[in-house]
Amino acid sequence: MANSGEAAKAVAWSDPNARAYVEIDRVSKSFGDFKAVDDVSLKIYKGEIFCLLGASGCGKTTLLRMLGGFETPTSGRILIDGEDMTGVPPYERPVNMMFQSYALFPHMNVEQNVAFGLKQDRVPRAEIADRVAAMLELVKLGGFAKRKPHQLSGGQRQRVALARSLVKRPKVLLLDEPLGALDKKLREHTQFELIGLQDKLGVTFLVVTHDQEEAMTLATRIGVMDHGEIVQAGTPSEIYEFPSSKFVADFVGSVNIFEGKLLEDEPEYVRIGSEELGATIYVSHGISAAPEAVVWAAIRPEKIFMSTEPPASTGHGNDNVVRGAVQDIAYLGDLSIYLVKLPTGKVVRVTQPNTSRHAEAITWEQQVYLSWDSSSPVVVTR
Amino acid sequence: MRILPPLSKVGVSGRGLVVTLPYLWLLLFFVVPFVIVLKISFSDVDLAIPPYKPLLEWAGKNSLAIKLDFNNYAFLFTDPLYVHALLNSVKVAFVSTVLCLLIGYPIAYGIARSTPITRNFLLLLVVLPFWTSLLLRVYAWIGLLKANGVINNALLALRLIHEPLNMLYTPFAMYVGIVYSYLPFLILPLYANLEKMDWQLLEAAEDLGCRPWQAFYKITLPLSRNGILAGSMLVFIPAVGEFVIPALLGGPNALMIGRVLWDEFFSNRAWPVASAVAILLLLLLVPFMMWYQSVQARESASAR
Repeated sequence: MANSGEAAKAVAWSDPNARAYVEIDRVSKSFGDFKAVDDVSLKIYKGEIFCLLGASGCGKTTLLRMLGGFETPTSGRILIDGEDMTGVPPYERPVNMMFQSYALFPHMNVEQNVAFGLKQDRVPRAEIADRVAAMLELVKLGGFAKRKPHQLSGGQRQRVALARSLVKRPKVLLLDEPLGALDKKLREHTQFELIGLQDKLGVTFLVVTHDQEEAMTLATRIGVMDHGEIVQAGTPSEIYEFPSSKFVADFVGSVNIFEGKLLEDEPEYVRIGSEELGATIYVSHGISAAPEAVVWAAIRPEKIFMSTEPPASTGHGNDNVVRGAVQDIAYLGDLSIYLVKLPTGKVVRVTQPNTSRHAEAITWEQQVYLSWDSSSPVVVTR
Repeated sequence: MRILPPLSKVGVSGRGLVVTLPYLWLLLFFVVPFVIVLKISFSDVDLAIPPYKPLLEWAGKNSLAIKLDFNNYAFLFTDPLYVHALLNSVKVAFVSTVLCLLIGYPIAYGIARSTPITRNFLLLLVVLPFWTSLLLRVYAWIGLLKANGVINNALLALRLIHEPLNMLYTPFAMYVGIVYSYLPFLILPLYANLEKMDWQLLEAAEDLGCRPWQAFYKITLPLSRNGILAGSMLVFIPAVGEFVIPALLGGPNALMIGRVLWDEFFSNRAWPVASAVAILLLLLLVPFMMWYQSVQARESASAR
């Protein structure tokens, strides 16, 4: 996923003076008593693929529909390329939407579907034909122009929907679960096609998805949503490696979370005593929390080492080492997932890559040592 | 103790029985009467009971003579009354269908777009008139439309008019009656069609630059075409042969083919001519019925 504009984009969102292409300014939306979107502010820059990630009902689709003009914010405003979109109806917005159901017009063939928006804009006939043909070529549907939607496979329909929403060259393309209806293999393939297409056309994408894997592969940045709020926004690796809360850590990828109390709180390190873990966690960076406060240490399964022998000294005494018994193993081919039960009753999830074909396998009921690097745990306070 | 052998033993299957019954019904009450009417239409008038001459006659010398009289049909085209009545009926049915469509489409659309609970209530309102006899409802319109009827009295009381409007026994009253009576037949199939619409298509159309009315014209209307055709046929076909409503509400010069048929049959006792009129009317309507059937077939195919 070598995004050519990656470096430039990376500057854009860390540069406070960069001009946002889409600016969502304190937007809220209520349906009766229910707050679907709660005071969301977000800046999206030109050429980004921004993913709104969240469980169903978290407000991500409502936010997307407000950008498309299908819902009106209860408060706040939305600016696209500096223009206030409040009160601008969908048919006058410089954005297009790709619907989750694709919403292809069943009485029109592929060509007519794609040409629909251009005809509406009274683009000259010859230009329509050229642009539609070029767009169909781009989504590899050149030979399907005369087919009706019901004569196409799911993947082809998805590409028609994509072509139809891109052919008008919108400033922002809104995609509602773009790959949701495709099977896993096709989805993976289409993800990369989508990125390639975006790179070629330079259109800013705003994607709504509940699939964290999809968000991770597609996005330049992810906004994790929960209960109508954006709980964290950042690059995929920021979201994964530096989650700001238990919710984000748990929602994106799998994670082991240990509740504990701050024992030592120094600028260079902290030590957390966790009853759940039955050990002390040494973290090699300082955090900001009240002394004796309850905190949570989050450790990713792939960052835990498992061995049958006691690990070599970590340099922090007995910290960051626990013993347990293997309770369950899931062999996935490329890696294996181990569920290790600690004496405290807590079950820890560990993944190990199967680098060797004939490795001395760790089996059920075996006693193992678990350890991790002092830089691996992420400490969150909520 | 079994007296009769089981039906399956004599080659009668339960499925065959179920399928046979409706066909038997159609044979008895549709095909047979149709053949009788067809037969009468080729016979001569006679002062007898029944008032026509038999087709088959014993001509002696061991021969049976069949006498087909095409004069009845020829007569229909020589006397301009019949063609005029037929054309007028088609005109009235067509205008009524268009009026039903103009009134019924918004109603069907409104029902299809309402919430499920309101939807059931509104559908109930549409079929509610069927709980009363058609004749009673048409008579009620007399009470509404006559010179000192409800509408005239209300308008007079409101001082909107100074003398009663002449509405009853006019084409206006006839159209009111037909449109009122046949409206549900248009609304229900149209609703059934619109109810299956994916309303997200309208959002997609708006997203691609359509104003709401353009989205309606380019998406909703073409997609509801089958519903429009089905509903229109259900109004048009029976309205062509309508007799009761023009007779009760229309004026004496409301010349409709149904009325002509009635007069020939009961007043003139010209059964052969009346039968010829009936057969001609049927022939006229067959193409519309076949069209309706093909629309229905397409509709159920698209639902799958």
